[in-house]
Amino acid sequence: MRYLPHTKEDIESMLQITGHKTLENLFDSIPQNLKTNTGINIPDSLSEWDLNSHMIELASKNIPNKNYKYFIGAGSYDHYIPSIIPYLISRSEFMTAYTPYQPEIGQGTLQGIYEFQTMVAQLLGMDIATASHYDGGTALAEAALISLRTHKTANTVAVSNLVHPSHRQIIQTYLRPTQFKMVQIPSTKDGKTDLKALKSMDDLAGICVQSPNFFGNIEDFKQVRQICTDKNALMIASFTEALSYGLLKNPGGFGADIVAGEGQSLGISKSFGGPGLGLLTGTQKQMRNLPGRLVGKTKDINGKRGYVLTLATREQHIRREKATSNICSNNGLCAMTAGIYLATTGKIGIRKIAQLNHDKAIYLQNSLKEVGFIPAFNTPFFNEFVMKVPKGFKTKRNALAKKQSIFAGIDLEPFYPELKNHYLFCATETISKEDIDHLAKEVTS
Amino acid sequence: MKELNELNLPENIKYTKDHEWIDLSKDLVTIGINDYAQDQLGEIVFVELPEVGDTFSQGDEFGSVESVKAVSEIYIPISGEITQINEALEDAPELVNESCYDKGWLIKIKPSDPSQTKDLLDKAAYLKMLKG
Amino acid sequence: MTNKPGIGGLKFNESEVWDRSKKGRCAISLPKSDVKESRLDNSLIGDVPDLPQLSELDVVRHYTHLSQWNFGIDSGMYPLGSCTMKYNPKTNEIQANRQGFAAAHPFCGDQFSQGALKLMHTLETFLAHITGFDAVTVQPAAGAHGELTGMLMIHKYHEKNGRQRSKIIIPDTAHGTNPASASLCGYDSVKVSSGPNGILEPDAIAAVMDEDTAGIMITNPNTLGLFENNIKKITDIVHAKGGLVYGDGANMNAIMGVVKPGEIGIDVLHLNLHKTFSTPHGGGGPGAGPVAVNKILEPFLPVPRIVKETTKDKETYKFITHSPDTIGRMHTFYGHFGVLVRAYSYILSLGGKGLCDVSKLAVLNANYIKEKLKGTLNLPYDLPCMHECVFNDRIQKEFGITTMDMAKRLLDYGFHPPTIYFPLVVDGAFMVEPTETESKESIDQFIDAVESIAKEAKTNPEILKSAPHITKVTRLDEVTAARKPCLKG
Repeated sequence: MRYLPHTKEDIESMLQITGHKTLENLFDSIPQNLKTNTGINIPDSLSEWDLNSHMIELASKNIPNKNYKYFIGAGSYDHYIPSIIPYLISRSEFMTAYTPYQPEIGQGTLQGIYEFQTMVAQLLGMDIATASHYDGGTALAEAALISLRTHKTANTVAVSNLVHPSHRQIIQTYLRPTQFKMVQIPSTKDGKTDLKALKSMDDLAGICVQSPNFFGNIEDFKQVRQICTDKNALMIASFTEALSYGLLKNPGGFGADIVAGEGQSLGISKSFGGPGLGLLTGTQKQMRNLPGRLVGKTKDINGKRGYVLTLATREQHIRREKATSNICSNNGLCAMTAGIYLATTGKIGIRKIAQLNHDKAIYLQNSLKEVGFIPAFNTPFFNEFVMKVPKGFKTKRNALAKKQSIFAGIDLEPFYPELKNHYLFCATETISKEDIDHLAKEVTS
Repeated sequence: MKELNELNLPENIKYTKDHEWIDLSKDLVTIGINDYAQDQLGEIVFVELPEVGDTFSQGDEFGSVESVKAVSEIYIPISGEITQINEALEDAPELVNESCYDKGWLIKIKPSDPSQTKDLLDKAAYLKMLKG
Repeated sequence: MTNKPGIGGLKFNESEVWDRSKKGRCAISLPKSDVKESRLDNSLIGDVPDLPQLSELDVVRHYTHLSQWNFGIDSGMYPLGSCTMKYNPKTNEIQANRQGFAAAHPFCGDQFSQGALKLMHTLETFLAHITGFDAVTVQPAAGAHGELTGMLMIHKYHEKNGRQRSKIIIPDTAHGTNPASASLCGYDSVKVSSGPNGILEPDAIAAVMDEDTAGIMITNPNTLGLFENNIKKITDIVHAKGGLVYGDGANMNAIMGVVKPGEIGIDVLHLNLHKTFSTPHGGGGPGAGPVAVNKILEPFLPVPRIVKETTKDKETYKFITHSPDTIGRMHTFYGHFGVLVRAYSYILSLGGKGLCDVSKLAVLNANYIKEKLKGTLNLPYDLPCMHECVFNDRIQKEFGITTMDMAKRLLDYGFHPPTIYFPLVVDGAFMVEPTETESKESIDQFIDAVESIAKEAKTNPEILKSAPHITKVTRLDEVTAARKPCLKG
């Protein structure tokens, strides 16, 4: 096997040093009755050639047509990934390094993550960004836990039912064994969080609202902030489409205490939903409550600029059972990817791409309207929106997916049973006018 | 790290087995961590303190002291209400290293049960405990 | 002077990325817009994020320079104990980046995701075979996330049995994630010490195990690199009082084909695909932490689960979300799919027999280092080790040299240092895990380097105390970094 460098002679001479006759003897100290006699029932080693054929075959079962078109988002977005990103991120010094616990030989990762933290804080308008979490949902669950842990009396977090359904489920999972509770805030006929209903809820440690929300609609964070202040609850803003903040007023600008969400849009491939990038950010006041790694700038003993992992006493390897979270790793390579993406798009690019997403989505909505689809809400959105679809759409949609790899909208009924025949559509910069015209034609004919 | 005979342990205050010190000479009782504790921890980077008005019972954890790679909880030697905290430590936690009995004090409290002071150690008893 | 792999080299200065910025530059290619611009209401629009403005070459140079300050497995030997820094095969990257995987949208529907579902389902089966368990979920995103998943299942199991318990037993050699994961489930950690031979003694467990204890978390082989020989007795003690046994599979690389945790009384085990199954560590993640369980815990696995349906002419795979006793969802979608592809591709490349060879050679390499270095460094537990061995600095302390100094000096020799100051039960621990992918030559070179450093400790201790000397930066001021945190530019 090409990954195992030992020759027969190597093994013999090494066994002489260790004082064993055979490789099996290395395990003599393990009592016989603990050893397995069932072997490992996995096929024999594949050559790289055979592996390629096998994997090409498997991969082809996913997207039959390579000219796929996604008119779907819902937490995973088809954005253009510039060539330099996979090229740079594949550098083995980034990819094959461990967590930079030896900062002298990890300055590349450390400075890269420090820059990532800076650019994410800038994008979301927050003071501090952590070095990343697993995904948007787990980052949001950590945010909910912060509010619950730090509030003196309340043990309930209110979460809008227009927060991504999976994110709400993760919060439920995390809270179940604790004394903490999650309550859901209903939504209005406009497809926004019902802030009137929220006003009538009491004893809240945190209030969590996503914008753009799961329906793509832009929420009224100004009012949310006011309610949080009135109720002495932490304002937790979440999102699944990070690029929207290239155009929209960011949650930090409204005074959010914690902002948590998904950063997959920032140069990371969809990869069937993971790995993505959990972004978790806070105000200065929340610095020591934020779980997860943080990189800080400092100097070496000769006065040279350098970076280290810092404030580690919050973390499990030091504080053990009293840590702010059990999280150990971060999605480091995905964070580095997002850092490179933000540097690549830059100030000019990010606004243009964000605007382009919005323009395409508006054009898509108008095109669908012309062929009998009805907008479910009359509320401003970024690049996703809900439409009531004409009869027979479901069949057409499946045929389109099957024959042309065009994925037109996500059925909302499984998530919101009251929304029968409602689909969530998305358009990003990768969709052309021609694609949209084609779709409109296909769903009418 | 300091040898036992190098430790600065003033005579006029009391000590606990968890290495806090307590000055009972005034109505408002002052509490901090002693020379042994600050020396063991090394360079202190953060001190977490309670809020004025909080009350604690003897032996409760009331805060923590952190170095780069360790955290030490601090326990209140006698029950009482916090009347003052050392706000200077927020920006200058190194005061605990530089001046643990003076500028690096942690909290002042109004004791609720004066009888508890009998459990406290004087310098000789504390040193004896350290020597094991 | 020994023939060391690391020498100086050309190092570039590189400012922070925004210092390269010049107004008007942009490194991304933007398409001409083919639709009309639609303005949102002004009240909704924010200021443009003040990101740097760079050309494409600026970005390439910047990140290339940064990468050159990093040490990865491809640079040299990385004997970081407990982390299993083995070679990350390049073909795995090719497989994960195939369009069918990398561009797959998680909401295409089962019908259009059969390749991904089949891969995940088969990987679950492979991992079940390797560990001896009945069922596996590949949803958890990391080892610690797997631990939390497993502990939530134990918690739910006790709840379902009608009586919740309040404590969990955790050995003093455990990773910090163990007690932290247990805390998230509301369990108080009860610490037990390992015995004089560095392994757990059944009596110590019997003394603390009671009917208010939910179970025990055990890492086997443990973090001293020793196999817990009393594991069966311990699991019997815990089971007799109605508790469950959580296995931390971080060190699975030592025992593939030798011991199956599912056959020796462990009820639930997490694996780290980025350790045993060679997926890249990525400078801190993403990894994956699948969880394997026996029949008792299977109903509690997180959703969605993947099932295979076989009819006469075909196999189909689908997600099921309905599972009455499930702990719920742990990840927004289905876990770190991209990482799963790499691990799957690794397992197929090695095959069943290859995986057994992996463990044998990993253990051979560790024992070889242990024998070769045990006079040079102090070896607190001189017992046959598994995949790693733990030394300390007792001999060098005489010259005022610590484990930290030796670790930093190793950098000058071109090696990544071992794990230091962990496990906590060994004072000044120096924990070496060579992995099976290091050749005898590279290991001999590492041994030479450590011997040479041990000599320097006697003859020239200053060169160790001021090490490293040839890296981009030398020792950093971590105190100021923590006192006055500067977390963004």
